[in-house]
This record gives sequence, structure tokens and C-alpha cells, in this order.
Amino acid sequence: MDNAWRTLQKGVLYGDTGGHLLQTAGQGTKRIMESPVVAVLILVLLSGQSVTGRVLKQIVEPRNYDYTKYHPLSEITAWMKQIETENPGVVSTTIYGKSYENRDIAFLKIGLNSAENKKAIWMDCGIHAREWISPAFCQYFVKEILHTYKTDAKVEEMLKNLDFYVTPVLNVDGYTYTWKDNTTRLWRKNRSPPSTATCNCTGIDLNRNYDAVWGTFGVSTNCCSILYPGPKANSEHETRAVVDFVGARSKDILCFLTIHSYGQMILFPYGHPHIKDPNHDELTAVVKNAGQAIKAVHGMDYIVGALAEALYPAGGTSMDWARLIGIPFSFTFELRDKGEHAFELPENQIQPTCEEAYEGARSIITYVHDKTFHNITTLPNAATTLMATMWTVLLTLCLSSASLL
Amino acid sequence: MGRPGWTLWVVVVLIGDSLAGPYRPDAEPGPLETNNIEELEVPPELDGAMSDAELVPHHYPAQRAAKVAVHYLNTRHASPYSCIELNRVHKASLEDLGQAGKKYRLQISLKECVSNTDLGQCLAEVLFPGEQEQRAPQVQCSCEGLKKLNTRAEEDALFQRLNTSNSPLSGCNIPDSYGNIAPEMKPMWHLGAAAASFVMLKESNESTLYNMAQVANFTQLETENDQLRFKYHILLHDMISQEILHWKLLVAWSPAGGVSVPQADWEPKCHHCELPSAKSTPEATKPSSAS
Repeated sequence: MDNAWRTLQKGVLYGDTGGHLLQTAGQGTKRIMESPVVAVLILVLLSGQSVTGRVLKQIVEPRNYDYTKYHPLSEITAWMKQIETENPGVVSTTIYGKSYENRDIAFLKIGLNSAENKKAIWMDCGIHAREWISPAFCQYFVKEILHTYKTDAKVEEMLKNLDFYVTPVLNVDGYTYTWKDNTTRLWRKNRSPPSTATCNCTGIDLNRNYDAVWGTFGVSTNCCSILYPGPKANSEHETRAVVDFVGARSKDILCFLTIHSYGQMILFPYGHPHIKDPNHDELTAVVKNAGQAIKAVHGMDYIVGALAEALYPAGGTSMDWARLIGIPFSFTFELRDKGEHAFELPENQIQPTCEEAYEGARSIITYVHDKTFHNITTLPNAATTLMATMWTVLLTLCLSSASLL
Repeated sequence: MGRPGWTLWVVVVLIGDSLAGPYRPDAEPGPLETNNIEELEVPPELDGAMSDAELVPHHYPAQRAAKVAVHYLNTRHASPYSCIELNRVHKASLEDLGQAGKKYRLQISLKECVSNTDLGQCLAEVLFPGEQEQRAPQVQCSCEGLKKLNTRAEEDALFQRLNTSNSPLSGCNIPDSYGNIAPEMKPMWHLGAAAASFVMLKESNESTLYNMAQVANFTQLETENDQLRFKYHILLHDMISQEILHWKLLVAWSPAGGVSVPQADWEPKCHHCELPSAKSTPEATKPSSAS
């Protein structure tokens, strides 16, 4: 029934009058079915539902979501419901917090055979309101893994072993505000009201609000500043939503990815210039590899390194907080571009940006997955070291067997 | 060794080979690995200084200094049809001159942003003056590929069109929220970026990294001295402070004379706002109007 309905919808929308119905109805009824009016009447009778209502719903809520356009929050929320409906048993949505203006903060949980204590990957987008390419990437990422897990054995394996928690828009109030008009497009912070009696500006920089060497570098105590970290760490609803959820599961979360723009970078902890991560060398190798994976797609160069060295010192970032509570792999992505369009990345760059960022994210996730589940820590360019080891072992075996025989 | 020995050997080798990673010819050098760079002829003032501290090219000190060099080059070479962007920093060093300031020596490669072509390498020297002096950075560049920039034909056509048209050209929100720039507005955006380079150069220091975020609006004014003139309201973004800074510029341009900015005024965020208090983290001092 649904199939016939869909073909009729296509016919009505694209003007191919009843042609598709010919195949289902058979030659005998050809002449009758050629009349679209008759076809519509029949379907109305069979389904008992209004045709115009159904068709209008199709136009308003299209089945085929456009991943190459920027979407306002309402469309992203509808898309999340659609993804959940279309992928039962694989995708579920959870509201894990509320923003200051009382909007839902939600993630999509994606995984095969999801269990309570399954290992997981965390990805959040849109912590800074004006970085529109970031939510666009989260949506693309979700689409890509759901479209490929049935044909790509590696993706399927990773979905079996891992759950993905993807938050398409974390700073829901700020993001909504940037859609208001051209004077608000470049807003960065959330929309919390002034927090002190003496300072009269709105908003706190959510990526300075986490309890990770909070309030030290890369911040301003002036509440009007774009880098105002709040009156204290964890003061914001949006921050606490992440901290409460991720904090409770820190033993199971293997990798924390937070997506920003612009700058074309992949960064790892710490933002404090005098603290070095104990697995600094491993992280450097991982991001170098990810940078190469990105470059292979469209030739774009991403700078990789520790935040305090590659970009600027900054305290209170979510990436640093995740690392400090024990999540071993924590990264910040800065997507396109390098300043040419800055935050207003053209829509025609959404697709290529997402394609390359996907490969970068995938290379990191694959490394984390393989290290955890297969104990493999070699990266593609480290294969030469492995080969050298293998040949040494074989040579030893050969020599020892020669002496035995 | 007898036959069983050889078979064992072959089996072990085959197993070992299948366990090893797939054959991968050496990948292209990553973004951070230096290629073989031909040695450029070193100008006398950059030659021989051994007292410099070597900098990591992709870390932020070298990157910020390189950006300043690029702003400088754009003030001299950018037009409605061409602009220069940084491709990569290959080598960098820093000399601390005490009260005189900090001098960065850089080996950088450039790209032309409109056509996305290679512009070769540059040796640049960027001097950030000491704290006592409130001056703009001093830049010297020796570049090999800038002669390639030639957009004279398009510039002449644009100049003719704007000079002889009956209605003055104007535009706003370039790019718009979706990043779109109408094709006929692209040259005006590039012109805005060229003009913005003068401001970004002057306002830069070791704690800034400027890009132009948007042309809020522009209007064509009366032609004067064979130069087209425009009023531009541009938005600059500083990556380090994340601030959006509003500037109002008077821009003059002709294909022969290039781009100049006779007047530049910083627009405070709100007219009754106070400057950041002394207690906050050090921020750039209030930008002053350029003459």
C-alpha cells in the first residue's frame, strides 16, 4: 500500500501522471489508470486518507533531507525524529539537558545491539553558535554511518562494538539566535542573562566554562567579552548537561570529539601552555594521520597539534575537561575555512568539508576502536616499522630452524 | 636444509606477509613535513643571523607573524580580482631585540586566492615594535612569484563600468548568512578585503590573528583624481580574542594606482560602552584611526 502511495506522490509532485501505476495495475486497466484523477480517487478510497493532506506533508517535511544546506534548529529537531523512525533498533534520541531558554539538548545514540555498558564515542557540534558548518557536519556524519554500515564491514563492526552519541546542536539557544537576522549571525556564546550586578551583557562562552584549569588563559573577566567563561566553572545549563552525562560514563567513553570552525585544524589537549598530555606522542601520531586522511579527500591542509601550541592558550575547554576526567582520546576539530569566508562558509562547501572531516574523524575513531578491541596501535605510515619487526622475527626463526635441521 | 625445512620457511614467510599491513607506497609528506625547498637568494639583511631562536613553523607564534606578512603583501598587491593567502610556513625564527621589539624571520609559501594558484616562496621579516611604541608592525618581504599576478584586463573593465555608470554601486551582507556572494559582488568583496588588509596590518600584534569576516555594506562615492571611491563598513574577526570588530573605511582604487585607504575609523560595539577594566586579561589597546 505504502509503495503504491509513494509512486502516486512522485507522480503528483513530478508531473508523471500515473505512469508508475501502470506497472502495478497491469495492462488491462491501462486506460483507466492513465487518468490521474481516477488514480487519486481510488487511492483516497483505499486508504481513507486525504490526498492533499498527505501531499502537503510531503512538501513540508521532505523525506529526502538536504545535507548540503544549513538548517534552522526546528528542521534539525525534525530530522532527528525522522532518523530515529527510519532506523529502529539502531538509533534512539535522548534529551539530556535543557538550555537556559528551556530548549531541549538532545543526542542521537547510534549503535547495533546497544547495551547499557557498551563502549562509546562522543561527538558534539554547535557549541559555538555561529559555527554553522559544525552542526552540518554532525548531521552528515550520522547520515554517512547509517548509510554505509550495511555495506562497509568496518563501520558495521564499529557500530557493533561501540555506541555513538552525537549531539547535532549543543548551544541550541545561541544557534537559534544566529538565525534571527543579519545582526545576530555572528553570535558565539550562549544566551544566559547577565550574571553579575555590574556587567550588563548576555552570554557565556561555553567552551571556556568547563572545569579544566577554568578561568586562566584565553578568557576575559568582562562579561561583555566573547571569551567570558562565566561566573564560575560549570555555571551553564549546557555545560552541566554534557558534564552530567559524559561524567557518569567516563569509563565507557573512549573518545570525545567536539566540532568547531573555522581554521582547518585538529587539536588535542591541553589548552594550558604548561601542561603536557602524557600520551602527547601518541596523540600527535593520531592527528597527523587524520590530517593526511583529510588531505587525501580534497587536498586541504589541516594544522594539527596541541591547542596551546597550535592555536592559543585557553582554559575551561570541553576537550580539556574530557581528558582530565580520564577519556584518553579527546579532540577538537576546526573545520573550513582559513578565514576567507570564516563563519559564513558557503553552502556549496558543506559537502566537501563534511567529506574530508568524515575521513579525519573516521581515522581517529578507527584507531581508538582497533586499539581497544584488537590491540592494534599501528597507523598506516607505521606499517614499515611492523614489517621490519616481522622480517627480523622470520630471520631469527630461519636461522634457528637451520641450526636444528 | 631438507625439503621440509624449506616448506616450513615458505609457510612462515607467507603467514608473516599476510599478517603485515597492506603494501602502501610512502604517502605524500603530511601538512607538517617540509618538502625539499630550493634555497632562495637571501637578501643581505636576512643573511647570517645566528642568534635567532628557531620556531616550530606550525605553532601559533610563527603562524601569527606569517599572517602579518600576508596582510602586508595584500596592501601592496591585492585588487578586486586577486588576493594573496598563506599556503604554509616552512621555517621561522625569532630574535628578541629587547626594547626594539621582536623580529620574526619567516620562510613562507603563498597562494593566489581567486585562482587558487601557487605564488612560490617568500622570505619575510616581521618586526613587532616594543611595548613602549604604539606602532604598526614593520614588514619586509622578498618574494619570487608575485610578478605572476596580472589581472589588469578585468580591473580595467570593472573600473570603466563603475566609472561611467549612472547609478552608484552599493551592496550589503557580503557574504550572506549562507556564505553566498553574488557573482557581481565578488570583486567588491575582494576590494573590501584588500582595504581591510591595511587595517589588519596596522592593528596586528603577537596576540592577534585577523581575517575579514564580512562586508556589512559598501557604497560607491564620487570618483576623485581618477580613482573610484567607496565607503565600506567591514567586519574583522580576531581569532585570538574571538572579537568581531567593526571598521568604517574610505577606500580609493584604480587599476593603475592600486588600493588605498585614506580614512579608517573603528566603530565601538556600543557608543556608551566602557573599555574593558584593568582587572581583565590583557587585551589589545583601543585601536586608533588610521590616517
